[in-house]
Amino acid sequence: MTNPHVDREVLDTLREVMEDGYTELLETFLADSQSRLHELQDSTSVKVLSDVAHSFKGSASNMGAVRLAELCQDLESNAKDKSPEALAQLVADIHSEFAEVRPLYESEKHHAHIH
Amino acid sequence: MQAQEPLTILIAEDSAADRLLLSTIVRRQGHQVLTAANGAEAVETFKEQQPDLVLMDALMPVMDGFEAARQIKALAGEALVPIIFLTSLTESEALARCLEAGGDDFLAKPYNQVILAAKIKAMDRLRRLQATVLQQRDLIARHHDYLLNEQRVAKAVFDKVAHSGCLSAPNIRYLQSPYALFNGDLLLAAYTPAGDMHVMLGDFTGHGLPAAVGAMPLAEVFYGMTAKGYGLTETLREMNAKLKRILPVDMFCCATLLCLSFQSRSVEVWNGGMPDGYLHRMASGERVPLPARHLPLGILSAQAFDDRTDVYPMAVDDRVFLLSDGVIDTCDANDQLFGVERLQQVFAANREPDRLFEDIERALRDFRGQARDDVSMVEVSLLESLQAHGAAPIYSDSGQSSPLYWSASFEFRGATLRRFNPLPFLLQLLLEVHGLRPQSGALYSVLAELYSNALEHGVLGLDSGLKRDATGFARYYEMRAARLEALQDGFVRVHLQVQPQGEGGQLVIRVEDSGKGFDVARIMERPLDNVRLSGRGISLIRQLGRNASWSDQGRSASVEFFWEIEA
Repeated sequence: MTNPHVDREVLDTLREVMEDGYTELLETFLADSQSRLHELQDSTSVKVLSDVAHSFKGSASNMGAVRLAELCQDLESNAKDKSPEALAQLVADIHSEFAEVRPLYESEKHHAHIH
Repeated sequence: MQAQEPLTILIAEDSAADRLLLSTIVRRQGHQVLTAANGAEAVETFKEQQPDLVLMDALMPVMDGFEAARQIKALAGEALVPIIFLTSLTESEALARCLEAGGDDFLAKPYNQVILAAKIKAMDRLRRLQATVLQQRDLIARHHDYLLNEQRVAKAVFDKVAHSGCLSAPNIRYLQSPYALFNGDLLLAAYTPAGDMHVMLGDFTGHGLPAAVGAMPLAEVFYGMTAKGYGLTETLREMNAKLKRILPVDMFCCATLLCLSFQSRSVEVWNGGMPDGYLHRMASGERVPLPARHLPLGILSAQAFDDRTDVYPMAVDDRVFLLSDGVIDTCDANDQLFGVERLQQVFAANREPDRLFEDIERALRDFRGQARDDVSMVEVSLLESLQAHGAAPIYSDSGQSSPLYWSASFEFRGATLRRFNPLPFLLQLLLEVHGLRPQSGALYSVLAELYSNALEHGVLGLDSGLKRDATGFARYYEMRAARLEALQDGFVRVHLQVQPQGEGGQLVIRVEDSGKGFDVARIMERPLDNVRLSGRGISLIRQLGRNASWSDQGRSASVEFFWEIEA
């Protein structure tokens, strides 16, 4: 079943490439993402929001979180044009999208052990 | 497909997960990985570890990828350290920034292993190409230095050989690049024992050392033979034979040779393959072209070689102008040649003969705007004074065995007269007598005069009165060549007698010929003068020697020389 939030093929490739390092990668991604979410929450500067979104977008796409990456792209490109309310909404969307995909990555850590 | 050599690759990426992922991918491809979390760390790591290739994230804290790339490129210097930017930047403006900062390529996120491997391989190929180019450049530079040094050495040796001549004489003006030798251009000048001057402008085929190396043996022949009193024809034969023997088949030397004689107011010319020379007659303003009538030196065998020269009358102010083909062949930006017509225009426009060189140089500059270094020009006029002689030859013996009481007789008959010039040999013989050495110039001049009279007016029956104008001159030398060619009988005898006298000695020279003789009394009545255009050069003999006399109806001439031993 294709997941619109996470591209499973990307995960398969990552597992194959990383081998024993797969778990570490997942943990690093999850930890990085947490701190990025905090930065987005705390910041009001358009430049900071845009840079963080850019960085988050990169990691997300590497990890196959396609929807998350799209949202970050939106924030990165349009931060300067949006109203404070629109920006806050977009940041909230990013938060909830991450909450959506997080369990999948957590369960991947267990799968790594089983394999 | 060749396996990729393992490289040391620096990964500069601030996102920890991305850095981890990329390092793993790159390590799995067989490379050694260094990591940095920002631009400043990247530059430091580069300085310490000298990686072969850099994967650089564009946006990083502390120092961004653009600045780090600029610094790393500067540190790399001439070597190529490929930088592949890691970016999810999409606007072309941002991508252009990567290239401006020195980036060589991009890799988009998400990372594709296959594409990454392909890019690393391609960049590495470029890196190695650059390294090879630098290596070869350095090798070429070293070889170039060797060549230049070899040329310097060759030039130093050659200058010693070449400067035994008289290019600095007041009647010679020349223009030559200091490295003309390595374009094959050669300019030589020397006095004969009689006070005539031999001049040669030559142009060897080729460039560099091959062009220069033939110049040395040629110069030695030219100077050696000229000093001994050999004429142009013998010198030409010897030079041709030498070059034919020593040069490779496809190499030769174009040359124009001149013999200027103040005594006979003439210039003898041989041009083998050079551009036309010009004899500029001041009285009429006419410029007589001296075209190439022969093949260059070093091509024909001795049997086939044509040593015939042309003789032209030359007044005291007249000048002979020679030039190498560097002048004619000068090209402009459209590859048009300067050519002979433009040279003629410069001649026509020239108002002051002394400024001819400047006029030509200016015309060349205007034509091309850029000087060639194989432009050689020489202008020679007749020298007024008989005294201007070069350094006296150096003798190596001590004089203990100087022959002081002897006589010798020679008879040269028929066909021998055609080709053989006995003068250098006779002079060398006389110079065994030390006391005569200070007078070698006068001795040679007198001997040459007597012999020439005996041969041309006596045996060949030529009338020197013909030589009063340019047409007559040409006719005289034509007849001389024809009669000499047809000669079967006839002789010239030379008697030499040396005996001591007081503190020194006496030399008697007698020359006889088989001709019809002449009216001695009538000629003797003429006043003494220096010009030998007509008459039998009798004035010269009477001035340089003592007790000159003619007998046997002019067929026998006798003259004496004396010397004192200095205390």
